[in-house]
Amino acid sequence: MKAPHIRFERRLSSPPGLQVVALIVALLLAMITVGIIFYFLGVNPFVAFQRIFRGGFGSLFGLQETVTKSIPLMLAGVGLTLAFRGRMYNIGAEGQLLMGAVFATGVIRIVPDWPSYLLIPAMFLSGFLGGMVWAFFPAILKARFRVDEVLTSLMLVYVAGELVRFLVYGPWRGTDTRGFPITDEFPLASHIPTLAGTRIHYPTWLLAVLLAVMIYVLLTRTKIGYEIRVTGENPEAARYAGMNYQRVALLVMLISGGLAGLAGTGEVAGIHFRLRPPEAISPGYGFTAIIVAWLARLNPLAAILTSFLLGGLLVGGDAIQIALNLPAATVQIFNGVILLFVIAADLFAQYKIRLEV
Amino acid sequence: MMPEDGVVVRMKGIVKRFPGVVANAGVDLEVRRGEVHALLGENGAGKTTLMNILYGIYHPDEGEIWVNGKRVTIRSPQDAIRLGIGMIHQQFRLVQTHTVVENIILGLKEAFFFPDRPARRRILELSEHYGMKIDPEARIWQLSAGEQQRVEILKVLYRGANILILDEPTSMLTPAETHDLLRTLRRMAKQGQTVIFITHKLEEVIEVSDRVTVMRQGKVAATLNTSETNPRQLAQLMVGRDVLFRLEKKPIQPGEVVLDVSGLNVLNDKGLPAVCDLALQVRAGQILGVAGVSGNGQRELVEAIAGLRPVVGGRIAVNGRDVTRLLPRARIESGIGFVPGERWMALVPSMSVAENLILKNYVRSPIGRGIWLDRRAIAVYADALINQFAILTPDRHTPLKKLSGGNIQRALLAREMSEKPSLLIVAQPTSGLDVGATETIWQMLLAERERGTAILLISDDLKEVLSLSDRVAVIFEGQIMGEFLAEQADLEQISLMMAGALRLSDANVVGEAA
Repeated sequence: MKAPHIRFERRLSSPPGLQVVALIVALLLAMITVGIIFYFLGVNPFVAFQRIFRGGFGSLFGLQETVTKSIPLMLAGVGLTLAFRGRMYNIGAEGQLLMGAVFATGVIRIVPDWPSYLLIPAMFLSGFLGGMVWAFFPAILKARFRVDEVLTSLMLVYVAGELVRFLVYGPWRGTDTRGFPITDEFPLASHIPTLAGTRIHYPTWLLAVLLAVMIYVLLTRTKIGYEIRVTGENPEAARYAGMNYQRVALLVMLISGGLAGLAGTGEVAGIHFRLRPPEAISPGYGFTAIIVAWLARLNPLAAILTSFLLGGLLVGGDAIQIALNLPAATVQIFNGVILLFVIAADLFAQYKIRLEV
Repeated sequence: MMPEDGVVVRMKGIVKRFPGVVANAGVDLEVRRGEVHALLGENGAGKTTLMNILYGIYHPDEGEIWVNGKRVTIRSPQDAIRLGIGMIHQQFRLVQTHTVVENIILGLKEAFFFPDRPARRRILELSEHYGMKIDPEARIWQLSAGEQQRVEILKVLYRGANILILDEPTSMLTPAETHDLLRTLRRMAKQGQTVIFITHKLEEVIEVSDRVTVMRQGKVAATLNTSETNPRQLAQLMVGRDVLFRLEKKPIQPGEVVLDVSGLNVLNDKGLPAVCDLALQVRAGQILGVAGVSGNGQRELVEAIAGLRPVVGGRIAVNGRDVTRLLPRARIESGIGFVPGERWMALVPSMSVAENLILKNYVRSPIGRGIWLDRRAIAVYADALINQFAILTPDRHTPLKKLSGGNIQRALLAREMSEKPSLLIVAQPTSGLDVGATETIWQMLLAERERGTAILLISDDLKEVLSLSDRVAVIFEGQIMGEFLAEQADLEQISLMMAGALRLSDANVVGEAA
């Protein structure tokens, strides 16, 4: 007697059509899995999905919120496509985002009286710098001493979180906040303009789309982009060809950190107008951005779409939390399950899988 | 039950198509009990595909398989093993940190506790029976390639196989190990095992096989009794045209010294000395071949010259300029081209042919302009190389990994040569390539020599070194044991030097070049 078993046969080529099919199947399987979880939470899965979809995409308000949340996801996600292409597994976009928020807030504290046209660009620049600084440590440790960047970048997320907490509870706590751990409201000149009646801070959205295009062009049309791709695909060949590994590693880490920093800037200057405790600034955008990048198959242009998709999921998740009285972690479970299935889909696209009896 | 004619494996009209290729186009094969049957053909002729079908890894699109007189359907290697068919792959599939016994019984349903006790006895029996010495308690990482292969063979025998398929079994072995293996195979056949031996090396076919089936472009060119054929006929069947065995080398007066290595010391990956006080010179228009058993510092030597491995002591000069401390990029600029023995370290398999061809010159005009890559220049340049060097590819956008081994190597050489290097380092240029591809690569190297390039050739294949080189140096444990003109080579002397048993003193180095 022999038990049935599964065998993997490497495909000679992985047709693009198949990759799309695998992706769709992955999303469906993720939905089924989450559906089962819904069921055990005592919620009809069909109702839940309907609510998620309606919440994220089914109404004008939902769509507005979806776009709003897609902004930080796009910025951080586009940066991660670049880092992952260069084989730098930056898992710490969340921390870099928070540091972007801190650095942007720092500008307010130093030059609160600048006019809008100076203040907003200064905040973005500073936020970019903040994200870069936070990515620099894992980057240099990896480039110089081969320290695993997954660990260092992830651990720095919590350091950044505590730093934000320290600032809002301590030296940066506002004077008119009735004891809440938040800074004073930013001056009006620092507020990023929004589409009338919505929270969509469109200049940040435009910036994100522009950066997605720029990163795409960087990867496909420039010498350094070529070096990044070669380094990512085969670091030995990169060394053989005389490419500078440290330069590539630092560059992709710093840019991805910087982009996450811009996302943090957008949140404090476009949504909250204050620095607040970390969980208020970001419900894990930096982590969700990993899914954005992966779902986009590391294509920065595709990240424009996938950030919208995951933005909708976040909004829909909020909706069911309230409407169906589900725990807040439900959305995170959904995200995690999606990532798992999308990565598994890669395997299916590259291998033929046969069940044998 | 054995059919009368003694045929144990019969494959009839096997067809296997892959996207864009027909790997097997109606193949008939008959293998008799107790014979060593060689399956000869160029890379891409369909040998491995055919055997993967017999072993249940692939499924034929058409055709029938008969084993021991019965029509069978082989869905998986498990099915094949039940039919007594075992396959030893080119790449070993062993767990490095486990012992020989553990590897052999891995995956079998043996007793849960102490499964290795009866197994050890059986393994020793088998190894004695077939004359394959092995220590069952040794850990795999401690074993040489030849010994690891013995483990693979034992693994298959242990599972009760009586039809053994070996896929290019000698490609990883030293000459001595190859000799041992071929002797073992003969012995196994004598004792009733059936051996199918995939190869593209003619000498091995002649030496070991009873019959040979030659494949060409997915079809059987002929099945012959080995005693009734000769290498020349086999080569013709294989490539379908006459193959030059003797190379026509134009006499060239060597020019200036291009590569000058003196007192070189380099460490291996484990931090042990691999190259010791080594000195050599290569002149323009000259091929210096370094012969030696693999693992005697060849790899470390070439990597040190290419700048990929730090130099502990000594000096490397190219065109009179000290390059010892230069980074890889600067070495490339100083005129060093490098085709490493491990081809994949110089290529990006998943990227396109064009993107692989620009790996060295993407920094410079016309490919690199400022920060940009000029896509039109890439297209022109890549297409030119593809044409000039007859690289067989659907187009320049095709991922490199989809090309055949010979074409991948051709692309690699094309790239290095198009840089017009003054020194070209070539390691194992034809390893794993078939006769036709080998010949092309050799012609490319000779053309490069005529252009006046200094060529440092490293190869484990002595015949290759002797037929291509102007001068030959023998390396042993990181030292040059002697150097001589290729036409004055004395095989006995060379083998003594390769074994470290003879060293020519500087005084009797013969035929010092002008």
